[in-house]
Amino acid sequence: MIKTIVNTELPLAERLLVRKNVISHGNGKKRFCIVTGTHGDELEGQMVCYEMARLVQQNIDKLDGTVEIYPSLNPLGIDTIQRGIPNFDLDMNRIFPGSEHGTMAEQTAFRICEDLKGADMVLDIHSSNLYLRESPQVRINVLNEKELVPMAEHLGVDFIWVHDAATVLEATLAHSLNSTGTPCLVVEMGVGQRINHGMCNHLVEGIFNLMKEMGMWTGDVKEMQSGIVCKGDHVEFLNAECSGVFLTELRTGINVTKGQSIGQIVNALTGEILSDVKSPVDGFLFTIRAYPIVYEGSLMARIYHA
Amino acid sequence: MKSTYRDDFKIEGYHFGSGEKTACIVGPMRGDEVQQQYICSQIVRELQAIEAKGGIADGKSILVIPSCNPSSMNVGRRFWAMDGTDINRMFPGYDKGETTQRIAAAVFKSLEGFKYGMQLASFYVPGEFVPHIRMLRTGYEDIKSAELFGMPYVTTREPLPFDTTLLNYNWQIWNTSAFSVYAGQTDSIDVEDSRLATEAVLRFLSGIGAIDYSLTIPGYESLTLNEENLVTLTAHHAGIYVRKRKAGDMVKAGEVLATILHPYDGHVLEEIRCEQDGIVFFSHHRPLVLQNALLYKVVV
Ligand SMILES: [Zn+2]
Repeated sequence: MIKTIVNTELPLAERLLVRKNVISHGNGKKRFCIVTGTHGDELEGQMVCYEMARLVQQNIDKLDGTVEIYPSLNPLGIDTIQRGIPNFDLDMNRIFPGSEHGTMAEQTAFRICEDLKGADMVLDIHSSNLYLRESPQVRINVLNEKELVPMAEHLGVDFIWVHDAATVLEATLAHSLNSTGTPCLVVEMGVGQRINHGMCNHLVEGIFNLMKEMGMWTGDVKEMQSGIVCKGDHVEFLNAECSGVFLTELRTGINVTKGQSIGQIVNALTGEILSDVKSPVDGFLFTIRAYPIVYEGSLMARIYHA
Repeated sequence: MKSTYRDDFKIEGYHFGSGEKTACIVGPMRGDEVQQQYICSQIVRELQAIEAKGGIADGKSILVIPSCNPSSMNVGRRFWAMDGTDINRMFPGYDKGETTQRIAAAVFKSLEGFKYGMQLASFYVPGEFVPHIRMLRTGYEDIKSAELFGMPYVTTREPLPFDTTLLNYNWQIWNTSAFSVYAGQTDSIDVEDSRLATEAVLRFLSGIGAIDYSLTIPGYESLTLNEENLVTLTAHHAGIYVRKRKAGDMVKAGEVLATILHPYDGHVLEEIRCEQDGIVFFSHHRPLVLQNALLYKVVV
């Protein structure tokens, strides 16, 4: 059943609509929500939502409970290929839990948050941005480590990153939900504006696995490997030491050794190599730059080391 | 900093006087803050004239950074063009981090140790303000000094989680008395408001004994307000917005401040009124409005 949770006027003959698909079966009371599209240029979640909506409905007798699919929290952003909300300079993931009587953006955030509250699991799917390609990973605030890491392990992602609490992250959807008792896992994978089928299909299998674990799914699921759980200071950030064109052939999700070449920053005018980027550690490469132009400071890679 | 194909990125500073780090003034961090750019240029011009007449106090120094982001202004982008990040959301910065974190770190380092800091800032909602001084309530805000600007209003507000990355917030935490100077609008130049802001900064510098300057416009006795106490008027309908009252105007209870029209047949969808007498503090100024948009803030 399609429900509209946000419905506000735009100036000319149009309404802003945020919709969800509610799929229920059996007597189970558990509710699993899959949300995506907070950032309008991140599209990996589109295929995950499609596959979930398709597979759950095709195998509806295996469901015991409710699956809710929210493919587009920021429909105007998706339509205009923008990360933020058109007409506002704000990142939607910095205004949660929103406000009931605020601006259009704040009211939208408020209604989304209210609608999700009380779910047994919310999965918020992001796909990095235009600049970085990410291995499938779950990011968890250290404050919620105890409850969320065991749940995340069933998703079968490569990497579970338990990060420090930062004040600026208090206005994210995940933080707003987790701090009011609704568990929310943030998935980051792939790259902005593109869809990686392999990663999406793998995450769909992971979601069914987690649903089975939660007692909501009786269908067959694939055995999931639990990935690396990273806590504390075990990630090396490789930032560009100069501006130029970053060339690499590496993909994420591979092990690298200390001193191994990650790529080069080159000067296309002179033909020089400006910087030979090498891994400072033996470790697991889970982020690699996808957009080639770099400024001094631009992130090129992230490597986990034990 | 070098760019791949553009000219080098540089942030320039103008130093006046020598000795104690007394006051610093920071110009645009966003590429659309042309009003703020104009004001900065006027402040530098005035300070150069004052210095030529020996008007900078002995043992006091003033630093003006007219722009932290010439690169975005040159290409008409509000934020850092390569990755869309906002330098004013990167403080105190990190010199080994992302590009805009490095810029913020370099700016912050050059501002370290100043007693007073002023930023010419803009608001994220499109519109115009009565000129005012704004501060975050961190527990370190210096309202007494803020009154030295002689701006009509001084406002304070509770910081949100997101605000901990602002220059103003970090200045306060690191012992600089910080003030954001809001001068009317952002993306176009209003000469009169700019003059008011320039005078306010000079009045402040003179008030703290950093310069010897005879003012050309009398100052106001500032009224201090909590932003939370302003009356806000929002749109119940989206449509074409026709504004009758702008920032600084007096309004009477029940008076129509603006109307929202149907975009196709022109009939009035809504009249925006304030229930009390007051003065318009902020007014939306784009020709179209969204439903629930913030239209006015009124001091009552
Ligand atoms: Zn995202």
